[in-house]
Amino acid sequence: MSDDRNTRETAGDQTGTGGIGRRAFLGAAGAVAVLAPGLGLAAHAFEARPDGVPASSKHRWGMLVDTTKCKSNCHVCVDACNKENGLYEEADPKDTAQYIRKLTVHDPDTGYTHYLPVMCQHCTHPACVAVCPTGASFKRADGIVLVDRHICIGCRYCMMACPYKARSFDEYTEKNQKWYNPRGLGCVEGCTMCAHLVDEGKDPACVTACNKTGGGAMVFGDLKDPTSEISKRVATEQTTQIRADLGMDPGVRYEGI
Amino acid sequence: MKKIEYRELPAWTPGWWALMIGLLVVMAIGLAGALYMETEGHHVTGMTNQIVWGIPHVFAVFMIVAASGALNVASIGSVFGRDAYKPLGRVSGLLAISLLAGGLCVLVLDLGKPDRLIVAMTHFNITSIFAWNVYLYTGFFVVVGLYLWTMMDWTKKRFYKPAATLAFLWRLILTTGTGSIFGFLVARDAYSSAVMAPLFISMSFVFGLAIFNLILLAVYGGSGRPVSPDVIHRKARLLALFMAADLYFVVVQHITAIYWPSRDPVERFILLDGGIYTWLFWGVQVFLGAVLPMALIYRCKQVGRGLLRLVSSLAVVGGFAQVYVIVIGGQAWPLELFPGQQISSSFADGRIHSYVPSAPEIALGLGGIALVLFLVTLVSTALPFFPQALGNAEAETPAVGEAVGQAAE
Amino acid sequence: MAVMVLSAVALGSAAHAGSDAGAHAGWPHITKPIKGTHCVKPVPYMLRYHFDLLLHQREITLRKGVHGSKYDLTNCISCHVNKNANGQYIPINAPGQFCQSCHEYAAVHIDCFSCHATTPQGGGDDQTAAR
Ligand code: HEC
Ligand code: HEC
Ligand code: HEC
Repeated sequence: MSDDRNTRETAGDQTGTGGIGRRAFLGAAGAVAVLAPGLGLAAHAFEARPDGVPASSKHRWGMLVDTTKCKSNCHVCVDACNKENGLYEEADPKDTAQYIRKLTVHDPDTGYTHYLPVMCQHCTHPACVAVCPTGASFKRADGIVLVDRHICIGCRYCMMACPYKARSFDEYTEKNQKWYNPRGLGCVEGCTMCAHLVDEGKDPACVTACNKTGGGAMVFGDLKDPTSEISKRVATEQTTQIRADLGMDPGVRYEGI
Repeated sequence: MKKIEYRELPAWTPGWWALMIGLLVVMAIGLAGALYMETEGHHVTGMTNQIVWGIPHVFAVFMIVAASGALNVASIGSVFGRDAYKPLGRVSGLLAISLLAGGLCVLVLDLGKPDRLIVAMTHFNITSIFAWNVYLYTGFFVVVGLYLWTMMDWTKKRFYKPAATLAFLWRLILTTGTGSIFGFLVARDAYSSAVMAPLFISMSFVFGLAIFNLILLAVYGGSGRPVSPDVIHRKARLLALFMAADLYFVVVQHITAIYWPSRDPVERFILLDGGIYTWLFWGVQVFLGAVLPMALIYRCKQVGRGLLRLVSSLAVVGGFAQVYVIVIGGQAWPLELFPGQQISSSFADGRIHSYVPSAPEIALGLGGIALVLFLVTLVSTALPFFPQALGNAEAETPAVGEAVGQAAE
Repeated sequence: MAVMVLSAVALGSAAHAGSDAGAHAGWPHITKPIKGTHCVKPVPYMLRYHFDLLLHQREITLRKGVHGSKYDLTNCISCHVNKNANGQYIPINAPGQFCQSCHEYAAVHIDCFSCHATTPQGGGDDQTAAR
């Protein structure tokens, strides 16, 4: 078994979300997760899912973003995502994949401006999944919306259907992909909520980065676990979903919008 | 009614060769364009993460919509019992199949992974209108194929009427499906609307008949077969009627949207200050594609070949503009994540998206058109599809007399 | 780590000492794994069905979210990849490498590596990280 996990251990060393120290920390965390999957990490309310166990509908992963803490000139979440998922700035920015972006929202009446990250909202009723002809767009049992790039034919209907502009089309021949994020020419891709990290009991890269060097605006957790920080806050604080009127019930919630 | 005689088109003439070689060249260029796009990736096209469907989709949607419309001529003859249209049933079916084939080829070759086409057949997502269309399209080939068979094989006469009815219903469902590809997009203010389905059906009537007329005129002009002026006139009047219907649904589409406060901005964009899209909408789609040809037709007591050719061409140009405004114009308007607020980001949020079609994309689309013409010519050269003469009162009309005279010389 | 890899190579080659995989006339030269003594299934089975295994596994890993299977493509690479003289990994789909040699011989085209990493670390920005 340890033989089998070797790639994942090796790759754990590579899972850098920012600087050497961070890498070392994650590497160690990966090792802990591997050696004692049941233990989990003290800092987290959720545990790594042991090998061989499928994702379960007992969980519903979600995020909460407090936009009052999201600073105008900060984009550590975006950088961390690009680094984690092996995304590169392509020759033409219009054709570059962006799993997460910083949105500036300006109210023309009041002049109030605020900032927030937008990524795949991991909806309960995702339009992308509904329209995908082959079923490549799918929702994992734990609510994470992914593209099965093995059966994606690159028709881009999901990109037409998504109200959040959360998906990108890979228009370049890719090299140097991360082992956990195989991406390539001609398929649609988008935020995976860092499923590979979540499955190991870690926060998505953007959340980790935001809490470490950003404004500490993001919380990740299990919306179905009443004891999780995110559930408690969603229960007691005023949170909103973007375009809630469309009825897709996003798993990403915002405060202060 | 006297028996209609069908003839193959004369093959191997210099004109025939020139046409076929010309079409093959255009198809080859289109294929090369598609290959280039697939191997390089879509970054060589004008399509971006903002404008995800580009000019290939305009061509494809135009041809697919026209395909079902082209079948109307046959349906009018069979389902609605207008004998004058019956002789043209075969051509109508052939054109429908060819247009669909051309449109689908363009659509498939623009996929990110055309080599995975088989996946689209083996994996079926029941909630996807796109997946349903895969079956509607393949079914269309089968149904129209059967219909053609009952038309051409007298021993299958019994099935003629049922096949005709089935084909007619199928084409209505098919266009409903095509319109719904856009109509079901709740995220996009320019699309999400039930009127998309009837709008697309009315569009199909116009595009299909216009293309049908052009092919007919080309064949009968090129091979010197006679056409009665009555047929010409009828076709023109019918086209004008279809244009009126299309225009009606366009009005409904925009009026309902304007009435909806959140759609004001996108309507303002398309109708007032969308630059190229506004220009295409009013100038090409509405004026050149409908108002002008309708005026020309209704003003004229006896529409001749020249005028029919002109109005049909205008209908095609206007129709193409209409699809362009729907497909590209609708995407050029940014997604409204926060209605009423101004948004901006590194991902082009909140900005009008620009789109300039690239050469390979256009080549692919034109290649699809060439494929349609190629198929029509090839099949009607091999099999008797076109009636020898067109019109019910043949010998009495001077035009036919002349044409027969010419043919005899 | 290095010690482990080294010993694995030694083990691997020892296991292969008597093997005649490369001896058939015309049969492509198949590189030896850098570690492990046995494949994830008996070799005759792997020869015939390795793609079925992979195609089946990808559903389970990606759609169901089951990790750590020995049939993961990443796992194949961890054993079957080779290193060059400088001790760097050679992409597993490079000419003559494990996933390429037979396929070229059998004129099979696979698109897996247009997306999947071809070395155990999965490439990425090693250089950037080191900076
Ligand atoms: C634990 C290390 C290990 C892993 C993991 C592994 N293999 Fe192997 N594989 C081997 C060894 C060792 C052999 C040679 C066995 C022999 O020759 O007796 C082998 C042989 C093979 C062969 C036959 C090649 C020949 O020499 O004839 C194929 C094909 C193959 N493996 C494919 C795969 C695939 C596909 C995977 C991933 C699902 C995989 N292997 C995973 C160690 C591994
Ligand atoms: C012993 C030679 C051999 C080796 C080594 C080998 N393959 Fe294959 N592979 C084949 C042959 C032969 C076929 C074609 C089998 C068929 O179509 O029946 C094939 C087919 C495949 C297919 C299916 C292709 C298709 O479209 O049908 C996949 C996927 C595949 N191999 C993956 C791999 C991967 C990944 C590796 C490296 C880990 C690998 N193979 C190593 C011989 C090999
Ligand atoms: C268009 C990109 C793409 C292509 C091409 C592709 N994959 Fe994948 N593959 C993915 C993605 C994305 C995942 C999910 C990664 C994860 O969950 O770790 C994945 C996961 C897998 C997995 C499970 C996870 C792992 O690391 O083993 C297997 C097995 C797999 N793919 C096999 C294949 C095979 C075999 C082929 C070639 C026939 C192939 N893939 C082609 C994108 C691709």
